[in-house]
Amino acid sequence: MNDSMDFLLWTRGTAFDVAIAIFIIGLIIRLFEIVSLGRERTLAEPKGSEFLPGVKTILTRTLPDGGTFKRQPLTVIAGYVFHVGLLITLLLFIPHIELFRETFGFGWPGLPNPIVDAAAVLGVVGLLAALWNRLTNPVMKMLSGGEDYLVWVLTFLPLLTGYLAYHRMINPYPLAMGLHLLSIELLLILFPFTKLMHTFTLFLARWYNGAMSGRRGVQS
Amino acid sequence: MTKATLERGLNAFREQVDAPVAAFFSSCVNCGMCAEACLFYTETGDPKYTPIHKLEPLRRVWEQDYTLVGKLKKLLGLARPVTDELLREWQELLYDSCTMCGRCSLVCPVGNDISYMVRKAREGMVASGNSPVDVQGAAQRAVTIGSPMGVRFKALSSQIKHIEANSGLKIPLDVAGADYMPLLSSMEIINFPEYIESLARIFRQAGISWTLCSDAFEATNTGIQIGSSDIARELVQRIVDGAERLKVKFVISPECGHAYTSIRWEGPDLIGRPFPFKVIHILELLDELRASGRIKTANLSSERMTFHDPCSIARKGGVIDSPRKLMEMVSSNFVEMQDHGKWNWCCGGGGGVSAIGDAEALRFKVFKRKKEQIEQTGASKLVTACANCRLVIEEGLEEYNVELPLEGLTELVAHHLVEDA
Repeated sequence: MNDSMDFLLWTRGTAFDVAIAIFIIGLIIRLFEIVSLGRERTLAEPKGSEFLPGVKTILTRTLPDGGTFKRQPLTVIAGYVFHVGLLITLLLFIPHIELFRETFGFGWPGLPNPIVDAAAVLGVVGLLAALWNRLTNPVMKMLSGGEDYLVWVLTFLPLLTGYLAYHRMINPYPLAMGLHLLSIELLLILFPFTKLMHTFTLFLARWYNGAMSGRRGVQS
Repeated sequence: MTKATLERGLNAFREQVDAPVAAFFSSCVNCGMCAEACLFYTETGDPKYTPIHKLEPLRRVWEQDYTLVGKLKKLLGLARPVTDELLREWQELLYDSCTMCGRCSLVCPVGNDISYMVRKAREGMVASGNSPVDVQGAAQRAVTIGSPMGVRFKALSSQIKHIEANSGLKIPLDVAGADYMPLLSSMEIINFPEYIESLARIFRQAGISWTLCSDAFEATNTGIQIGSSDIARELVQRIVDGAERLKVKFVISPECGHAYTSIRWEGPDLIGRPFPFKVIHILELLDELRASGRIKTANLSSERMTFHDPCSIARKGGVIDSPRKLMEMVSSNFVEMQDHGKWNWCCGGGGGVSAIGDAEALRFKVFKRKKEQIEQTGASKLVTACANCRLVIEEGLEEYNVELPLEGLTELVAHHLVEDA
């Protein structure tokens, strides 16, 4: 019992601080790496503005176009299911919000536990479907490398350990919580240096696409 | 020109990496959805034609030279380098199987503009000596002769004489102070001189002051297609010099897809200063003349017609409504293809592909998509606004033994024009 308590304390203390520090510093480095490259000024007379079309593309790319959905329903559905399940679990589980409130001094209302529990199951199922798709869809299989599977594991572990801890399926409980925290720390540490960065950079990517198109009076 | 080497290629790739490129590569999660937007994948089913995969050389350069982890991996010898062998293998992917149609850039869920990056990656391919020989030849002819098809002014001059003799129209040449200076593509001069006659007819009716320029008539820009800013700059400069010499107010981009991209959008950046004249696409101008009532049409055709949107003009140029309004001027039975406007499917021959002999079999294979699109409409005439699309579609239909007449939209408008004279 003591060993597992020590483990939990370590994952809640030193390990957590180190992980958060690497995550934030890494995030800043990566975003700086991208934005500091800049963009050449364009001299052609514009047909439209950049800002609003950029914002519009940030929003519209959240939904798939009809043609893609018809051709690749599994990619689209598995993608939505796991992202939505993951985000609900991460952001609307009351203990998560309380931890955030303890650290940063503010929070937001959460969802009842049974709903979050269902969302976590959806997240797990969605991730498993996404993995199966990656392993069997010829295009995804050809494109995928070690990093794609690594980020899958990094995303899957916190959901899995959180689910197991919540349902007391690992004993003793401090060990379960410690494992959950450790999996999150692993995610945080590797986040800035892997494709997990798309969480943030997709806003840049969509904005650039929309803005460059908007300037030309082109729909994006 | 300096000799192409791997080192020069790598430097060219590096020069192309900007914030959008870094944001795009950082965001790609290999979801593979871009494949479904690309006719080279949908018609062959071969995963290697997945658009984002075509950018592997540029991606490696970005990762190894512009990210912390990539630099570290390179230092430790863990990175997979960009080699001559890799680039040779990628020539087919970056040229034969990509028309830079931009459809993938429209579906990417994280917002990556993939065709923007293909255009950039081709700069590295040229600098490393890995561009297709056929396109190199076309570029060479464009620089030395003035046209990728080797068309000299003499050829244009004799076409002008023909047109003037047959139609009684006047084709103004080198008239200083004219308002409009139309550009042409070599294909129009050789294959579709009707375009020049149509312009003359429409402009006479609309009372437009215009002139062709004897040393700046070629609109196509092989530099843009092959991916050489040096060549592209030289070709744009010729047009700018001609337009400035004649002091025109407008330069008209012809019925040609990439010419519009090169003169309207990339041109000023290539020569490093804004143009003292405006660039307008012929369809935009015709639509303006229609809206202001300066041209009118009559005897609308009841024949069922459909319109093929050239990618560079519609999806990448934003000229989508104008051709529709013009179609309504000439046809009472205009039908859209299922995916049209910004969702149009490429003819399969843009971006220099139609110039690559080795790519012909693949081009015919992927043309199936366009053929099916056309057939679904049940149209008995296909209208378009790009000489290259027109030739590629004609060849494609011939390959599949489909009889279907094609016409350029400008010609069609001229054909139905109400003329006072």
